[in-house]
Amino acid sequence: MDYVSILQIFDSGVRLATPLLFACLAGLFSERAGIFDIGLEGKILVSAMFAAAIATFTGSVWIGLLAGVAGSLVFSVMHGIASITFRGNQLISGVALNFLASGITVLIAQAWFGLGGRTPGLSGSERFLPIDLPGAEALAGVPVLGPLYKELISGHTLLVYVALLMVPVSWFVLYRTRFGLRLRAVGENPAAVDTAGVSVVRLRYSSMLIAGVLCGLAGVYLSTGLGAGFGKEMSAGRGYIALAALIFAKWRPWYALGATMLFGLLEAVANRYQNIDMGGFIVPVQFMQALPYILTVIILAGFVGKAIPPRAGGQPYVKER
Amino acid sequence: MEKMPKWADVVLIPLINLTIAFALSALVIWAIGENPWNAVKMMVNGALGSTYGWGYTLYYATNFLFTGLAVAVAFQASLFNIGGEGQAAMGGLGVALVALFIPFPHWSIAIVFALAGGALFGAAWAFLPAWLQAKRGSHIVITTIMFNFIAAALINYVLVNKLRPAGSMDPASATFPDSTHLPTFHDMLAPLGIAFSKSAPVNITLLIGLALAVGVWFLLWRTKLGYEIRAFGKNQDASTYAGISVTRITIIAMMISGAIAGMMSVNNTMGESERLILNSVEGAGFIGIAVALMGRNHPFGVLLAALLFGFLYQGGGELALWTKIPRELITVIQALVIMFTGALDNMVRDPIERAFIRAAKRRKAAS
Repeated sequence: MDYVSILQIFDSGVRLATPLLFACLAGLFSERAGIFDIGLEGKILVSAMFAAAIATFTGSVWIGLLAGVAGSLVFSVMHGIASITFRGNQLISGVALNFLASGITVLIAQAWFGLGGRTPGLSGSERFLPIDLPGAEALAGVPVLGPLYKELISGHTLLVYVALLMVPVSWFVLYRTRFGLRLRAVGENPAAVDTAGVSVVRLRYSSMLIAGVLCGLAGVYLSTGLGAGFGKEMSAGRGYIALAALIFAKWRPWYALGATMLFGLLEAVANRYQNIDMGGFIVPVQFMQALPYILTVIILAGFVGKAIPPRAGGQPYVKER
Repeated sequence: MEKMPKWADVVLIPLINLTIAFALSALVIWAIGENPWNAVKMMVNGALGSTYGWGYTLYYATNFLFTGLAVAVAFQASLFNIGGEGQAAMGGLGVALVALFIPFPHWSIAIVFALAGGALFGAAWAFLPAWLQAKRGSHIVITTIMFNFIAAALINYVLVNKLRPAGSMDPASATFPDSTHLPTFHDMLAPLGIAFSKSAPVNITLLIGLALAVGVWFLLWRTKLGYEIRAFGKNQDASTYAGISVTRITIIAMMISGAIAGMMSVNNTMGESERLILNSVEGAGFIGIAVALMGRNHPFGVLLAALLFGFLYQGGGELALWTKIPRELITVIQALVIMFTGALDNMVRDPIERAFIRAAKRRKAAS
């Protein structure tokens, strides 16, 4: 395998990792505040549909972006109402929202466009287009680093760079601000936060809103950056892989970057090679597809470092009366 | 502490939850420009208006009865088994291997072995998540989700590389031998002089499902193991203190759950397609969650909920055939049912409970 094809696989890995990274960070904020979010998948899907549909109507990907994020936010608030206000089972709420997204996106897309649940293909200003970083062409001739810069670092859409930027931003918000400290505390011991006079409900709703925006961006990228339009079930389990990546990352932002990049790369390899021949032993493509899930189970089992979730995760907070 | 009467808990609240879910579904139908009343009429007609419709309604209901019971057993032990989909898929593999490789003289022997094969594979697929939960504290919801995906990849591999007959492009196994053909309702009712649609797939597995529902009820409410499962589900600390082993109950409850989900595949793999196909479960494992929640984790409730979802599934299919409403409407209804009977239960329960307690207090004050 030559240098350029390795770069191309990594390049494709970065693109495939972007929606995972957005969704993984969304889950990070939500679960750090003590709200399990199985519904990442549904939020990605809803956002992808609205982004593509509104971009089609208005011809502007930016209005599409707003619509996508708004759709995801609505789902986030619904999850909040069920799991924060009415102290319902967060897992059940998440499962319900995933089904709701899977059905309602097709229903709306079919009602608006009549294309069997697809939206029309997007082009031009209806999409996020690749950005060539300055000097990419000029430096292409430089050995080793030139192709690296041109193929891997330059030439992505804006949202890819935003996703990468979100990693230090998330880290800063969670570990270097008062809001972040309280958010993490509410996921570990909400009673203590409440005793300190800080509203548990408001903190948890804020985390849901942040998760909604980030998941929204994942969906927007999926239908207007990575793809060119919405298709039925186009999230294809990415919300669950993001959830897996979140466990893999032990609920930490920088690890999340590593985990999503690894899973993105695995998908890129599986897309490019059907069956990998490892010296007589053939690794089937299905094994590559299942690898993120298998790795997550191994991590969950605690055989390779223990992943400890936030302590108050999944429990509704009931103020003592 | 005042409580509300049992009938309010078992009948009134689920009924209100369902009414809200269906009202919103009607709103969705109206919003996409169709008449909800006509849609309901068409669904009733399509699902219950002919023996063909009934045959499909009951066929789907059989699937949901199995998966609903599977989820309910785990729920009773307060384990949320999202893995019914994967366990049923693996069960399908078990059924297919039995049907393909053991030469059976008669279907009545074949079905016993197929049930055992499906149950074994389903239970085995539930074992690891259960063991990881009990021993390593890995969250069962996450592991069962992961196992669904791993099962899908595994079945895909087996179908494409191992079970696919030579020369076939279709990722499916060979058709099962004729001796494994299960009697459909058409076959069973014809000798009695009742004409039942020949093309409807409902078959003898429904009767097995009904027997299983009784069995699950007996297990949960009439045996020591069932008592332990329910006690464990109500209060883990108290049951540990009473000498119930966490590991044992977690693993047993999950394996029973997986076995029931796995047996579902006798209905769809052996009873309907008569070969193992890709994605043979078609989301029935997930519908089991809605069915169990709606049925309040009680076998009788699960049966009613399974019938309702069977009706929705068949009716929704008819709707998709004759109107512009896509099949995905059922997914929306299913989501709303899960949302309102599951996650938003307190929204209805709290005010009603308060009303009952207020009424009781007033009565006490008056007397």
